[in-house]
Amino acid sequence: MTETTKTSADQTPDQPSASQFRRSWFKLKRNKVALIGGLLIFLYILTALLAPVLFPGNPSAPNLIMALETPSLKHPLGTDELGRSILGRIIYGSRVSLLIAIGAVSVGLIIGIPLGLISGYYGGKIDFILQRITDIMLAFPGFLLALGLVAVLGVGLKNAMVSVGIGMIPLYIRLVRGCTLSVREEVYVEAAKATGTRDTVILLRHILPNVMVPITVQTSLMMGMGILFAAGLGFLGIGVQPPTPEWGTMLSSGRSYLFHAPHVATFPGIAIFLAVLGFNLLGDGLRDALDPRFKL
Amino acid sequence: MNDQMKPLLAIKDLHTRFHTLDGVVNAVDGVDFEVYRGETLGLVGESGCGKSVTALSILQLLRCPPAEIQGSIFFEDIDLLDLDREGIRKIRGNTISMIFQEPMTSLNPVLTIGEQISEAVRLHEGMTRQEAWRWTVNMLQMVQIPGPRARAREYPHKLSGGMRQRAMIAMALSCNPQLLLADEPTTALDVTIQAQIMNLMVGLKEEFRTAIVLITHDLGIIAEMASRVVVMYAGKVVEEAPIKELFKDPRHPYTQGLLGSIPVIGRKAQTGRRLQEIPGIVPNPLDMPVGCRFHPRCHKAMDVCKKEEPPMVLLGEHRRVNCWLEADCEGKE
Amino acid sequence: MLQYVIKRLLSIIPVLIGISLLLFFMLRMLPGDPAQVLAGLMATPDEVELIRHQLGLDRPIHVQYVFFLGRLARFDLGRSARTQNPVTEEIWARLPNTLLLAVVAITLACLFGIPAGIISAVRPYTWLDYVVTSTAIFGMSMPVFWLGLMLVVVFAVWLQWLPAGGIGTWKHVILPSITLTAFVIAFIARMTRSSMLEVLSQDYTTTARSKGLKEQVVIIKHALKNALIPIITVVGLQFGMLLGGAVLTETVFAWPGLGRLIVDSILARDYPVIQGAILIFGLLYILVNLVVDVLYAYVDPRIRYD
Repeated sequence: MTETTKTSADQTPDQPSASQFRRSWFKLKRNKVALIGGLLIFLYILTALLAPVLFPGNPSAPNLIMALETPSLKHPLGTDELGRSILGRIIYGSRVSLLIAIGAVSVGLIIGIPLGLISGYYGGKIDFILQRITDIMLAFPGFLLALGLVAVLGVGLKNAMVSVGIGMIPLYIRLVRGCTLSVREEVYVEAAKATGTRDTVILLRHILPNVMVPITVQTSLMMGMGILFAAGLGFLGIGVQPPTPEWGTMLSSGRSYLFHAPHVATFPGIAIFLAVLGFNLLGDGLRDALDPRFKL
Repeated sequence: MNDQMKPLLAIKDLHTRFHTLDGVVNAVDGVDFEVYRGETLGLVGESGCGKSVTALSILQLLRCPPAEIQGSIFFEDIDLLDLDREGIRKIRGNTISMIFQEPMTSLNPVLTIGEQISEAVRLHEGMTRQEAWRWTVNMLQMVQIPGPRARAREYPHKLSGGMRQRAMIAMALSCNPQLLLADEPTTALDVTIQAQIMNLMVGLKEEFRTAIVLITHDLGIIAEMASRVVVMYAGKVVEEAPIKELFKDPRHPYTQGLLGSIPVIGRKAQTGRRLQEIPGIVPNPLDMPVGCRFHPRCHKAMDVCKKEEPPMVLLGEHRRVNCWLEADCEGKE
Repeated sequence: MLQYVIKRLLSIIPVLIGISLLLFFMLRMLPGDPAQVLAGLMATPDEVELIRHQLGLDRPIHVQYVFFLGRLARFDLGRSARTQNPVTEEIWARLPNTLLLAVVAITLACLFGIPAGIISAVRPYTWLDYVVTSTAIFGMSMPVFWLGLMLVVVFAVWLQWLPAGGIGTWKHVILPSITLTAFVIAFIARMTRSSMLEVLSQDYTTTARSKGLKEQVVIIKHALKNALIPIITVVGLQFGMLLGGAVLTETVFAWPGLGRLIVDSILARDYPVIQGAILIFGLLYILVNLVVDVLYAYVDPRIRYD
């Protein structure tokens, strides 16, 4: 009886192969939704980087004569209560939110990945302790946790970054740990151990590459979350402090003028929405593209 | 005489295609065969030859799109492929049933065994809950599950593989179907359990007089249970024969290879021959060889095999083979 | 089943202990004198000393912890540094309001989100599916507070149908609830969709169809029940998120709930209240998780008998 034969696509599955990446890239390009997301993100980052070019001048300089003007040619998105161009403040605000998001995600990654790997790989007491800590952190809704941390650390950009970042750590730990747990059981890890490979090498060469896939998807979504949280803190007045332009704080001040000048609150919100949307769309697209069992 | 000769199920020129991102896969590419009342027909071939897809096409259990089914499947004069959704639903589980390979995953984990069996009976036979439950317990007893009353209330994860498969068989036979499609019913089981299940099926077949299409790659099971065999390769039928003739005198090189690769203890001593294998691998469905699909692996391949698809050659009643070798010698009848 | 519930209850204990430790040390991590912090910025030195003595802050740390636990057990969370009312009173006055919003939002979200997800999964890649999925992603990307403000602009300013904030009649409940729902419904619909898709591709779904069951029956009786576990998980998580989102929504609509209390307390450095509110949120979240776990066992017999 002839046995089932392997096709040439079968390879030792220890690292995502080059052709797998190519395939995923191809699938990603096909996914129009993800492309739109990528475009939005690209525009967002571009805006942040080129802010001084796009809006020369000081976005925070008050000009009370022009206060609360509706959108016009001179000020395409109108002015706020201090006469500042909303468009300008949105452009500069993109820097702040991007910075906080990147900072927060970095905190989450830098601390979350190693802890997750260790927790998942070694198990035992370390795992138990880490998991209990993670449980407690996750017992509080993310935003509340960030809130609480701001209460301890104080307001300001750096603290916002750290607070939101710390809120992301347990999510990354969970994700990485889960992935590590399943990869740890793979035969090639056993084989590596049997040949005396050092643990650090196993972690870096075999486990980490497999974890990268869900991490990438998660990170895209976390960026969106970071932007939302940063804006939320700003809205409550405990994030980035005025006069630094920040989308959340702009919404907060816009709130007072809802009845007479709703545009002050509308446009910053749209900016937040588009930025977060970009990351969510991309994250979704990435998830679909990198999922091996996807779609016919 | 007429009634005996008329087939219960007649598949004619069945084509089942899958439209994938990489191209069109012709999983079943022009298959025809017949099944008669009460007989057990073996459908043999390697993984990927299209035998499961054929069975799924009969009951239209494939998602269309991406699947596309063409041809005719006559069941007692009605073309199943012409039926609408309601029509095929009435047939499923009622006149034609199916059992699947993996009892672990083929039973719903959140419903009790009894519920899964009795719902079919309630639907097709119109029984009340109590009647259906009694019937279910009865069926479980017939498939030799000990303590059927208690078992009926249990969930699939509590049962062993063999018992789950018995439960599946009970489920399939509960409405007394005329035809049972058995897709690799024993492949996922331990060898000793396999024997038990096979004996069970033989017994039930006698009792229920159900025709069975037994799909498998295991020739041993075929030898035990089937009266006729259809051999498939790469989406096509390559040979059909009554069981004894197939084993005694296989005509297609593929069939010969299959039989030759069954390990027989003592054969080397007797015949001096080693275990034979069929060289090469099953072709990629997106990239089928031109001409006879088996020619790359056939040691008797001739020039014409590489260019044109072989004709169907009739060698007798219910005996045919798809091969240029036979066409050469015998010609079409 | 009972065993399972007991096990789950027991596993909460370490988390509770952890939270109490967290709260205990949080106070002491703050810059400055804990007694001063608790008394508030406006307190006189005498009042500070009083608090120091009352709470035993001059004793060794492990004794302090025991005192702390004792106070927790008696629901004595101290007094608000701002209003001097007992913290428990402040919380109790507002907790029901927040819960009201959260419950309404979750209910609406499930009522609309789960069917939307099911329909999406049953007809994947059709226009219906794209509409549901896009709406969901949009909902997830929208800042909750912005949505609230926009709703106020439309319904309170332009149309003048509904009040812009505050509490009182059923009309006051509508806008805040919708704001909260919008975010949650997105997650629930998406999770339902992906869970159903997964389940519909399982072998047992094919088996169910092979028995000739009506498609409706296959979807609801066979598929949905299996798909529920991840959905229940998400609903539980979302309830927690709602409590967090409530903070922002309550601010927008001037809704006198727990969220606003926390924000005001943070801005005023009213630590006793902050402690208390965080404790309550933690407890609620754990409770929700427990309910979720029990629901799991109810839906999936494999978990019951583990």
